[in-house]
Amino acid sequence: MEQVGQRKIDGLWLTVVGIAVLFFLILPTLIVIPMSFSGASFLEFPPTSFSFRWYAAYFTSPEWMSATKTSLIAAVMTTAIATPLGSLCAYGLHCSAPRIRNIAQILVIMPIVVPVILIAVGVFSLYAKLGLNYTLTGIVIAHTALALPFVIVTVMSGLQNYDFDQELAARSLGASRAYALWTITVPQVKFSIQTGAFLAFITSLDEVVISMLVSGGDNATITRRMFNSLRDQLDPTIAAISTCLIFVSISALVMISIFNRNQKNKEQL
Amino acid sequence: MNISEGNAGAKTFHNASILKAEDRRERLTFLGLSMPAVLAILIVVFLPIFWLSSLSFYNAAGELSTENYARIFESALYRRTFVVTFQISIAVTVICILLGYPLCYLLTKVKDRTAAILMIFVLVPFWTSVLVRTYAWLVLLQRNGIINSSLMSLGIIEEPLQLAHNLTGSIIGMVHIMLPFLILPLYATMRNIDTDLVRAAVGLGSSPRGAFWRVFFPMSLPGLFAGIVLVFILSLGFFVTPALLGGGRVQMLAQRIESTITIYSNWGAASALGVVLLLLALVMIWLMNRVFGLDKLFMR
Repeated sequence: MEQVGQRKIDGLWLTVVGIAVLFFLILPTLIVIPMSFSGASFLEFPPTSFSFRWYAAYFTSPEWMSATKTSLIAAVMTTAIATPLGSLCAYGLHCSAPRIRNIAQILVIMPIVVPVILIAVGVFSLYAKLGLNYTLTGIVIAHTALALPFVIVTVMSGLQNYDFDQELAARSLGASRAYALWTITVPQVKFSIQTGAFLAFITSLDEVVISMLVSGGDNATITRRMFNSLRDQLDPTIAAISTCLIFVSISALVMISIFNRNQKNKEQL
Repeated sequence: MNISEGNAGAKTFHNASILKAEDRRERLTFLGLSMPAVLAILIVVFLPIFWLSSLSFYNAAGELSTENYARIFESALYRRTFVVTFQISIAVTVICILLGYPLCYLLTKVKDRTAAILMIFVLVPFWTSVLVRTYAWLVLLQRNGIINSSLMSLGIIEEPLQLAHNLTGSIIGMVHIMLPFLILPLYATMRNIDTDLVRAAVGLGSSPRGAFWRVFFPMSLPGLFAGIVLVFILSLGFFVTPALLGGGRVQMLAQRIESTITIYSNWGAASALGVVLLLLALVMIWLMNRVFGLDKLFMR
């Protein structure tokens, strides 16, 4: 009897702590959304009046618009480069000897685990010699290196669920390697490639530390401008920008989960 | 090359050597496909860091010396930076364990469908920009922010607490950013634990608490360890959140490196700090690889 009571108390305690932690995670993430619609000229929560003035301030500011354009172009280009490069790399490593694969895997995930500040300072000094600081090319190259591990990891895990004999069968029936890869393998790991592409896009769009050093002038990214602005004051315009960024992240997340569900349904068939 | 050609090769006397050459060509093709991405990472990530590391062995006059490292150990400012960096990283890691472990355990107790829905509460913050979340905390923790005003209206405090622009703010913000990094590997490990073993322990006379500590907890340790190492590495080199929520009063290693370059242009000193940070990170990564296996990241 005593044990049952103890178990109930333990269960209750666990539920309360767990739910509190979930709220701790989600509430601060979403709180900027209602704040961005505030009509007051300073940040308040809960907002007392409703308006789009901070969105108007964002969309009519030439500085914010130019930064948004830079960030979007950089993110699209990063995705366009990192997705095919990363997918090919994953395919190559998947088929390589385990010894080579193990070394390459550790090498390839380094950009995720090495402190970004070191990559940022290193790239900044390298770019100073090459004249790439404050250029779109420079931002895209650095972001591509940062996004590649995400593409490689997702595509490699997709390939692990794929029966490789299908490609061998196609090739034994006379298809060239490239043709078999493109028509047999790629369609079956399409979802992993799409997921990798979204991750690459978000990685580039939300990246702060490298952009802070490497981007600037006409090619300042939105995160660089936000960071510098937040160092001085709490501008409510940033609530509107943040809401847009949250919207992009959540859309990407929804897309990824839809792909995964489609894939799972397909596997069940 | 396809099998029909291989069969044709079998008719010749050089069968073995042809197959060997074929095999080598196959391997080179795969390696070649991987190369562009691997090279991009080597050139953008590794090359600059190695070059930067080499700078740390030269003094201001351009001569080889260990001056930059000597200064790290002698200067009270740098010592303070290391102490603060470790204090914050340890505090953040411990709080993440205390918050993350119960949540993951709860997720294993509920139905799969409920757990999947609750995981959204972890994944949405995880994929939301660090900058956006830090901004939210700046607003929440400010002097007249919602936390201070609700504590005051509840009569718990009379004066607003100083929550942002100091150590407290940095730690709160960092825990929020780091928590998903602890939860994701830990939950992945816990989900694979066979709960029948716990039930068996209880059936054989163990108390539920005893079964938890002696059966479930030890089996969750690899995931917990992976999470701890991940949170600790990322905290050691974390820049954005302490830079904004610390309000200049909290100087962690990453900020010290940045200000040493952008304000003082002292590349030698900054790169010596960078080398120390890199070595700390590499030791952590090595530890993680030993205990958890980095290749597990590549599995579903």
